[in-house]
Amino acid sequence: MRDLSLHLLDLAQNSITAGANLVTVRMTLDDSGMLTMELEDDGKGMSPELLARVTSPFATTRTTRKVGLGIPMMKENAEKAGGNFTLESEEGKGTKLTASMDTGNIDCLPMGDLSGTMLSLMLTNPLHPDFLFEGKSPKGEGTFDTREVRTALGSDIPFNEPSVAAWLKEALDEEINSIFGGILI
Amino acid sequence: MKSLADLQAIRAKTLENINMRKDDNAARVVIGMATCGIAAGARPVMLAFMEEIQKRNLQHVTVSQTGCIGMCRYEPMLDVILPGQEKVTYIHVKPEMVPRIVAEHIVNGQPVEEYTIGAAKD
Repeated sequence: MRDLSLHLLDLAQNSITAGANLVTVRMTLDDSGMLTMELEDDGKGMSPELLARVTSPFATTRTTRKVGLGIPMMKENAEKAGGNFTLESEEGKGTKLTASMDTGNIDCLPMGDLSGTMLSLMLTNPLHPDFLFEGKSPKGEGTFDTREVRTALGSDIPFNEPSVAAWLKEALDEEINSIFGGILI
Repeated sequence: MKSLADLQAIRAKTLENINMRKDDNAARVVIGMATCGIAAGARPVMLAFMEEIQKRNLQHVTVSQTGCIGMCRYEPMLDVILPGQEKVTYIHVKPEMVPRIVAEHIVNGQPVEEYTIGAAKD
């Protein structure tokens, strides 16, 4: 996985599979250069047993194969870049994943196309669930909430309608660029 | 600046399109977006399809995603399914290949054979 935004796209799939109604992405760059990504959902959560073994590459909920690499790869990337990886989950409540990386560390992954990841999530899940993005950096902060978009657009129109997709792309680019442009992207 | 107010106009226009389309069978593009697909570059391919569909103003195409089908070495992979026809699987798809797949296959009904799994050498 070449960059953090691709990890995010991959990991968010777990939240969607868990039946989340709202998937929250928080990306925070603090003054010391520590980048923290939080991915929180209100899906079905994990049992303590599953939570304990899910960072192993040999744990997966799939039935077709016995490997699942998304979470272990993120954990490894965070830890080798001077950061931490934690996963909290409660059955019936949801899951929260936190991965941090020191952007001054030579092994820190580049951010990549964060806007493209958020857009991909919205286009491939055009009616459900909702996504909330909260970004913060020394340059500024901002949010992007698909619940607001649905209120204005009407919840019967899917996000993958071409004219809606084009609007989402521009709005996301603007928002994310205003927070991380010139710093991380 | 994009504002939420733009969406009112988009809604009116989009509803027209959706109603116009109801009786038609849509062509489907299904992209593998599991860990393997994403790592191999599925995201720019998916976004390239959305862009090409918008550019050509195609009203009868839907783009969706699927998981890993076990042939990770061929990722990014995608299926194009035209109404009433067998699906065609494309492998090692790059964004540059998308305009040709849209023009030749989705619009004109001729699969781009050299990009399909049938042309794989291994």
